[in-house]
Amino acid sequence: MNRRMLRRGISNLMVGLMVLAVVAALLPLFFILADLVAKGAGSLSLDFFTKTPAPAGETGGGVAHAIVGTLLIVGIASLMGLPIGIAAGIYCAEFPGSRLTWLTRFVADVMNGTPSIVVGVFAWAWIVATQKHFSALAGSAALAMLMIPMVLRTTEEMIKLVPNSLREAALALGYSRWRTSLSIVLRTTLPGIVTGSLLAVARIAGETAPLLFTALGSQYMSFDVNQPMASLPLTVFTYATGPYEEWHRNAWAAALVLILVVLVLSIGARLAIRSRFTLNG
Amino acid sequence: MTERIAARDKLPVMTATVTPPEATPLPSAPPPPPLERTSYGDRVFRVLLTLGAVSVPVLLGFLVYQLWTGSELAISKFGLGFLTSSTWDPVAEQFGAFPLIFGTLVSSFIALLIAVPLSLGVAIFLTEFAPKAIRQPIAFLISLLAAIPSVVYGLWGIFVLIPLLRTTLFPFLRETLGFLPFFQGPIYGPSMLAAGIILAIMVMPYVMSVSREVLLAVPDSQREAALALGATRWEAVITTIVPYARSGIIGAIILGLGRALGETMAVTMLIGNRHEIATSLFAPGYTMAAAIANEFSEAVGDLHLSALAYVAFLLFVVTVVVNAGARLLIWRVARGSGAGSRAL
Repeated sequence: MNRRMLRRGISNLMVGLMVLAVVAALLPLFFILADLVAKGAGSLSLDFFTKTPAPAGETGGGVAHAIVGTLLIVGIASLMGLPIGIAAGIYCAEFPGSRLTWLTRFVADVMNGTPSIVVGVFAWAWIVATQKHFSALAGSAALAMLMIPMVLRTTEEMIKLVPNSLREAALALGYSRWRTSLSIVLRTTLPGIVTGSLLAVARIAGETAPLLFTALGSQYMSFDVNQPMASLPLTVFTYATGPYEEWHRNAWAAALVLILVVLVLSIGARLAIRSRFTLNG
Repeated sequence: MTERIAARDKLPVMTATVTPPEATPLPSAPPPPPLERTSYGDRVFRVLLTLGAVSVPVLLGFLVYQLWTGSELAISKFGLGFLTSSTWDPVAEQFGAFPLIFGTLVSSFIALLIAVPLSLGVAIFLTEFAPKAIRQPIAFLISLLAAIPSVVYGLWGIFVLIPLLRTTLFPFLRETLGFLPFFQGPIYGPSMLAAGIILAIMVMPYVMSVSREVLLAVPDSQREAALALGATRWEAVITTIVPYARSGIIGAIILGLGRALGETMAVTMLIGNRHEIATSLFAPGYTMAAAIANEFSEAVGDLHLSALAYVAFLLFVVTVVVNAGARLLIWRVARGSGAGSRAL
């Protein structure tokens, strides 16, 4: 009897420890979000979104240049990365037995684990070193490279969820294979692919490391993608490690804007995926 | 009788032979689809898709090539001695990556030491004990930790975590565990331990979600058998479920290790960035990724750049090996469920 009590006691103790682990795991999330709002919200103003930085040490000014830069860099990266990732994903799902599928899938897994800083070095060696100047385009190329494996895997998984009977029905009705793929299979999975792409965009929007020596960052408004350009994550980094109080305040505000964008994109995408296809049970 | 059966047998043959002549003359009948397996459109479609699929391995090959040519100068000058040498002197053009490798390993090890028990606890709780209604929400919230950009962790680390650690945890550790060489010496803010702690927070969602997927793949019959033999629920977990999922869980941990090794921004902002090897965890250090991030855009000499590219090449090779190993282990347990590659 005593021994049984002991065993049940241990069981309950372990469950208690696990609940503690859950609390400990959720605390950082709560603190980070709370601190971002507490320290960042105060600096958000119209000026913050519409003005470029004031000279170092002075108050005022905003991060309009970084917002524009992020939009441009991430936009171009998406234009480069999404078509390749989606096409490769369709290929892997449509030709599952092919040797190229095996290779592509394996390489995508390798790329998914590659540190983003390494991809940054690659983009530097490829574009910056040959052009002899930093450019936003090189940053976009690095981000596109990071996007491809993510988009590839979600596209493939989504297409695999389409029941084979649907495909067969279309083929039996006399549709050719490409029309079956495009107007039956892809149309059914379009919401899934869109949300997968949004997740990838959310992921690269917060990337800093690959931009450090490609897009480099700048203090001025710039629309020339062949020149160095600012971006929100780079601005957070520069301002956070800089010496001025004003910079620190703006770093918090820029981080708040960044995280709002990222969370809205990724929470929205996740909820959409989850309600449509119950992936993880 | 036999005649009637024969007549009935003939009937379908009759209709089959009769219908085609009736159907073909219809004026509005569409032309029959081409019988070749690939039409023109199919070929174009396939070529486009193949281009997309081929470009992925081609890009990776190009990446390896660029890293290799970029680091050639340093490789030919320092060879493998680069891995064991501790001098990093851009002025004298002497480079050795040992402090970087050491810092990368130590900070990742600290991260795993903290993150693994926490994330396994959460994963086991979520698959075995938690009420059904809160399983998804908690897993979702923890996965949000993976969505927070690294640079935001760094910002939070500089202004919130480090001041907090300096006044609470670090003095506490020095008083209670000060007899160990790891917890001696002056307390700086930015340090190996601070970087390890922020890494732990960042790695945890990955380890948690992959080990959760692996635990979900354990068949219910295993649980039921353990419970039927009189085990408490905790005993069922520790004697049956975890051993069944063991290689997958190890895979999840190694996957987390891969993340920790390559993490850049938050570490750069918290580790203190010094090319030194210190036994005290309160002292600043450096990691491979942080060194590249800090010095690459300011490197002047070709050899300095090449040495940094060499570091990037090493980092790439290490993460590839680590990730391949992790996926192999996960794949052995959750065969075909795509756990790991789908995780986040």
